[in-house]
Amino acid sequence: MTSQTKPDDKSAATTKAPEMLSGAAMVIRALADEGVEYLYGYPGGAVLHIYDALFQQNKVKHVLVRHEQAATHMADAYARASGKAGVVLVTSGPGATNAVTGIATAYMDSIPMVVLTGQVMSHLIGDDAFQETDMLGISRPICKHNMSVRRPEDIPYLIKKAFHIAQTGRPGPVVLDIPKDMTMPNQKFPYQYPAEINLRSYQPKQQGHAGQIKKAVTALLAAKKPVLYAGGGVIMGQAAEELTELAQLLNLPVTNTLMGLGAYPAGDKQFIGMLGMHGSYEANQSMHHADLILAVGARFDDRVTNNTKKFCPDATIIHIDIDPASISKTVNAHIPIVGLVKPVLTDMLAVLKQKKKKLDSAALQSWWQQIAQWRAVHGGRYDNAAPLLKPQYVIEQVAKITKGDAYVCSDVGQHQMFAAQYYPFNKPNRWINSGGLGTMGFGLPAAMGVKLNYPDADVVCVTGEGSIQMNIQELSTCKQYGLGVKIINLNNGYLGMVKQWQDMNYESRYASSYMDSLPDFVKLAEAYGHVGIRVTKPEELQPALERAFALKDQLVFLDIHVDPKEHVYPMQVPGGAMNEMFLSKTERT
Amino acid sequence: MRHIISVLLENESGALARLVGLFAQRGYNIDSLNVAPTDDPTLSRLTLVTHGNDQVIEQISKQLHKLIEVVKVSDISEAAHIERELMLVKVKANGNQREEVKRCADIFRGQIIDVTPTTYTIQLVGTGDKLDAFIQALGATPILEVVRSGASGIARGEKTLAL
Ligand SMILES: Cc1ncc(C[n+]2csc(CCOP(=O)(O)OP(=O)(O)O)c2C)c(N)n1
Ligand SMILES: [Mg+2]
Repeated sequence: MTSQTKPDDKSAATTKAPEMLSGAAMVIRALADEGVEYLYGYPGGAVLHIYDALFQQNKVKHVLVRHEQAATHMADAYARASGKAGVVLVTSGPGATNAVTGIATAYMDSIPMVVLTGQVMSHLIGDDAFQETDMLGISRPICKHNMSVRRPEDIPYLIKKAFHIAQTGRPGPVVLDIPKDMTMPNQKFPYQYPAEINLRSYQPKQQGHAGQIKKAVTALLAAKKPVLYAGGGVIMGQAAEELTELAQLLNLPVTNTLMGLGAYPAGDKQFIGMLGMHGSYEANQSMHHADLILAVGARFDDRVTNNTKKFCPDATIIHIDIDPASISKTVNAHIPIVGLVKPVLTDMLAVLKQKKKKLDSAALQSWWQQIAQWRAVHGGRYDNAAPLLKPQYVIEQVAKITKGDAYVCSDVGQHQMFAAQYYPFNKPNRWINSGGLGTMGFGLPAAMGVKLNYPDADVVCVTGEGSIQMNIQELSTCKQYGLGVKIINLNNGYLGMVKQWQDMNYESRYASSYMDSLPDFVKLAEAYGHVGIRVTKPEELQPALERAFALKDQLVFLDIHVDPKEHVYPMQVPGGAMNEMFLSKTERT
Repeated sequence: MRHIISVLLENESGALARLVGLFAQRGYNIDSLNVAPTDDPTLSRLTLVTHGNDQVIEQISKQLHKLIEVVKVSDISEAAHIERELMLVKVKANGNQREEVKRCADIFRGQIIDVTPTTYTIQLVGTGDKLDAFIQALGATPILEVVRSGASGIARGEKTLAL
């Protein structure tokens, strides 16, 4: 194969002679022309020319993290909150491999991101040169696309192409590998940033098929027990408004996936909670008994479906998704619609309004009655009587003090599930978590990425004493950039989620799930120049939260000691149907 | 079920690695793969033989489409098509074995393309089954080396896989 990367598109030629820039300057200039405000990164040999170019301008601001993984999570979280691609710059070798977890995290959740990785000089590639790693090879299975620069003059085109691929179709991270000799400061080339990109091999669909949309509407109107199941595609596809309109027009019960929380307002009566492994009793029951499931921007993930062979036996499935490969991958869709969720929902609404029909109201009424009965069975109850603080209660109190309007960035574990279950997300883009990869260490850098870009918002990091230690070094970055994140450390002294599985499946043999020798988190926060508050008794919680949120611009680390014995419920029975669940340590459906 | 999938791919570095990597990552089978640039040097044409149930084949097709450098994908075995594979076989050919091998090659319309006092190299083109049959037919003749290209395929009639 030849190794040509030829620009096959050029923006309209302007009359004046193009500016001459070095490859390094082009990288930064292209980012500025793309409208990038922040670049998250860490310098090293292979990217020093680029860092020097960065230093000599003031449009693109650089955020220096303490570990490259954090740079990727910051960029990722910015993308989750804003819908726009976050941008990362790291050096070759260890810089690039440190970024791998963050790239994979973004990939699993379809988050747009552009990652610029340094590389050794072209003529050294393949020689096992100092800090050489085959980043294209390493990142290939965990990114939407990757490319390398072979001629400095291609840099503007390749950067535009990276953004184009990252942000269109099903979004995802794109890696651009830049050998050092492509950025030599004294070699200058004409610079022109392309206005748009058109790739013959990549033409993602926008609109859904009109015939399929009509068919879907007909099936929907005939349903007696419908459920609207909405996922992260609604959030990233900026279609929460259309989704809400459709649900309310037809009085449909709505469940959101872990990635879709906020797509439909949690405070609304039509919301029946999250579904899946730790979904609500009513959501999982409704799915199982539904005669029609309208899946929007969701992918029938195994953490949702449980055993696909027993999944929703009576349901006709309408599946709207931008990615045809997500349709009928794990569960067969009867009416597939490939397209961006926003225009598809808009078209569905138009057809519905034209038809002026509603669902059979008597049938829908009895369906809602049935759901009300299911709601009464569990209803998110937990035992709050014990002397120890319950993590669920802490989340409820955080929701109260932030009026349900904070950005909640979570780590991975029991605390993540409690946050998903007990914080009422009424807006899209407010719940920021690693759903697909389940990356411990995501929470703090994610909160930092959001706080930097939304300085006036309340930004909370819900974490555990296990997860927080995976990127604790970023407390230093927070100090440098004044990031007033509120850290809610639900400290149960265990890798709680692991412990829960060991309780349930291994007769409570806690193989390496006990976190011995925990640091004094209050002192640790103080050592980094922040405020630390320890909470060990229920009555200390309220004043601590009030103090923390009153300190507007300061990072406050709340080390909240919670009941180590608590489990997350409901929990689906492994290998069972959607509606087979444990409801507490002693009850099962 | 065996399927023959034709792919038009941007002739760019890394594109083939990405495609092959996809099969490894997702656990799909590759029975054979052949690839070369087309009349348009910016495009490569691949013929990929795989097997799997309908659902797997549908996923393969969709996942291939998702690769940024893939321009077109077609399962040509879904309709009338032609499939050919090239095989080079080097056999030991001594004494009266030489006549035997020559006759066998003629029957299969193979050509002897290289000769030494003790060996023949035979070139044969056909479907995979025909090539298998030839190897069977060689019987006791000692085979020294077999090189097969994997199938190349094209749809019959006016149907094309082109830009
Ligand atoms: C990087 C990484 N390593 C391991 C795991 C597996 N894992 C999932 S949850 C969990 C425990 C998390 O402990 P903690 O942060 O204290 O949260 P808790 O469950 O106690 O609330 C582990 C080890 C993971 N998800 N990510
Ligand atoms: Mg813990």
